[in-house]
Amino acid sequence: MMGAWSYQHRKAIAHALGRLLHQPLGTLLSALVVGIALALPAGGFVLVDNVASLARGVTGSPEISLYLSLDATDADVTEVESRLRKQDNLSGVQFVSRDVALKQLADNGLADVLDGLERNPLPHAFIVTPRQEDPALFEQLHQTFAAWPKVDHVQLDAAWVQRMHSLLSLVELGVSLLAVLLGAALVIITFNTIRLQILTQRAEIDVTRLLGATDAFIRRPFYWLGCLQGLLGGLVAWTIVTASISLLRGSVESLAQAYGAVFALNGPNPTQVTGLLVVAIALGWLGTALSVRRHLRESE
Amino acid sequence: MIVFEQVSKRYPGGHEALSEVSFELRHGELVVLSGHSGAGKSTLLKMIPVLERPTSGRVLINNQDVSHLPRAGIPYLRRSLGLMLQDNRLLYDRNVFDNIVLPLVIGGMAPKDAARRVHAALERVGLGGRDQEMPIGLSGGEQQRVAIARAIVKRPSILIADEPTAHLDAAYAHEIAELFQSFKSVGVTVIVCTHDPALFAETRPRRLVLRQGHLIEGAE
Repeated sequence: MMGAWSYQHRKAIAHALGRLLHQPLGTLLSALVVGIALALPAGGFVLVDNVASLARGVTGSPEISLYLSLDATDADVTEVESRLRKQDNLSGVQFVSRDVALKQLADNGLADVLDGLERNPLPHAFIVTPRQEDPALFEQLHQTFAAWPKVDHVQLDAAWVQRMHSLLSLVELGVSLLAVLLGAALVIITFNTIRLQILTQRAEIDVTRLLGATDAFIRRPFYWLGCLQGLLGGLVAWTIVTASISLLRGSVESLAQAYGAVFALNGPNPTQVTGLLVVAIALGWLGTALSVRRHLRESE
Repeated sequence: MIVFEQVSKRYPGGHEALSEVSFELRHGELVVLSGHSGAGKSTLLKMIPVLERPTSGRVLINNQDVSHLPRAGIPYLRRSLGLMLQDNRLLYDRNVFDNIVLPLVIGGMAPKDAARRVHAALERVGLGGRDQEMPIGLSGGEQQRVAIARAIVKRPSILIADEPTAHLDAAYAHEIAELFQSFKSVGVTVIVCTHDPALFAETRPRRLVLRQGHLIEGAE
C-alpha cells in the first residue's frame, strides 16, 4: 500500500515536471516573476542583517555609567555595588573611584587645568555592561539605577545604538510589510497558474473522476506543480540576491575602507536560504490550495 | 444486482428525461438498451455511476442505494464499475499503457501488478504489444478497444457502455459486440446502449427499450 502511495506521488511529480518542461518559456517567466517578487524582501532582510552586524561591530559592548552624588560615602559606594552585583542581567560591573577618574583625566593632558582646582570635582562612578543589547533592557536598567539613593546621574554610553536599533526595527517592519504584500502576489500568481492548468486539463480531470479518482488524487499533481513553481521561484530569488550582494560587495568594502573601517557584505547564510526556499514552497502550496478548492468544484 | 425502482429524472427547465422507470438486472446478464435520440438512454446509464441522480425513485447496485450516495463515496462506487461513455475519452497526450493503467493507479494497485493487468487487458481486446503507441496513431476501432481495455482492466463486475460502436464500420462493430458477449460469459453484467438494432442480433440478449423517458419494453 505504501508502495502504491509513493508510486502515485512519483507519478504526480513526474506529471507536474512534465507540465513545467512542456512550456519552458512560460515556466521560466513564472519563475522569474516569483523570483523577483521574493528577491526584494529576501534581499531587504539580508541587508538589514548586515547593517545590524555592522552596528554591533562598531559599538562593541554598549555600557551604562552610573555617577554617584559628590557627597556619596564609601558605605554608599558599597551599597550601590552590592545592588549592582545582584542584577542578573549585567555581565560586567567596574568601579571607577573619583581619584582614579581624576588621574585618568590628568593623564589625558588636563593635568594643568586640574592642578588649579581646590578639590576633586569628579564623582565616584560605576560602569556596567548589560548581558543583552536590547533597547528595552537598557531603558529598564536606566530607570532602575536612576531611582537608587546616591545615584546622581545615569548615562547610556551608546544611546545611539538604541536609535540604531529603533531604525533597524523600523526598516525590518517595512521589509516585513513588503514581504507580506509580495508573498500575497506570489499566492495570486500561483492561484492563476493552477487555474489555467485546471482549465487546460479539464478533459483529463473529467476522465480520472469518471474512473473513480478521489479529490485528493486529482489535486495531487496540482499541489506538486504549485510547490515546484514556488521552489523554482525561490531558487531564482536566491540567485538574484546572491548575485546582487556579489556585485555590491566590492563597492561597499571600498567605501568602508575610505572611512577606516573593515566591513564585508555577507550573502544569505544557509538558514536564510533554507527559510527562503521553504517560504517559497509554502506560498506555492497555499496558492494551489486556494485555486484547486475553488476551480475543481466548479469543473464538476 | 442493478435495480431501478420508479426512477424519474426531471432537469431544471422541466424536461423529463426518465419517467418512473423500473427494472432489475441479474448478475452476468447482457442487456441492450435502445431507443431513439433523446429517449433517456444516456441519462439512465449515467445514474449507475452517479453522474446523474434521480429526481425521484431509487437506484440500487448490489443492494446499495446509490441515488443518495454521499459525494465522498462516489469515487469508490465508480472504481467497481467498468465505464465506456459516448466518446472513448482517451487521453491523447499519454500512450496506450498510461491510458489503460489509469484506473489501477487511481485504485492504488502496485505498479508491477498493474503492468501485468494492462498487458492482459490489451491481449483480451486484441492489441497485445501495442502498449507504447499513442492513441492518435490508432484507428477508430483500435481506440475503442483501448477504451474497452481501460474499462475492463480492473475486472469490474458491471460493465456499462454508451454507444461503443458509434462511428465504427460493421466489421469493427461486430468484433466489439463479440468482446462484450465474451465478458458476459465470464459473469460480468454488461449494459450496452446502442442505436444499432443489428448489434447482438445473433445472441438475442435482453433488450430494454426507452421512448420519451418511458420504459416500453424489457422491464420484466
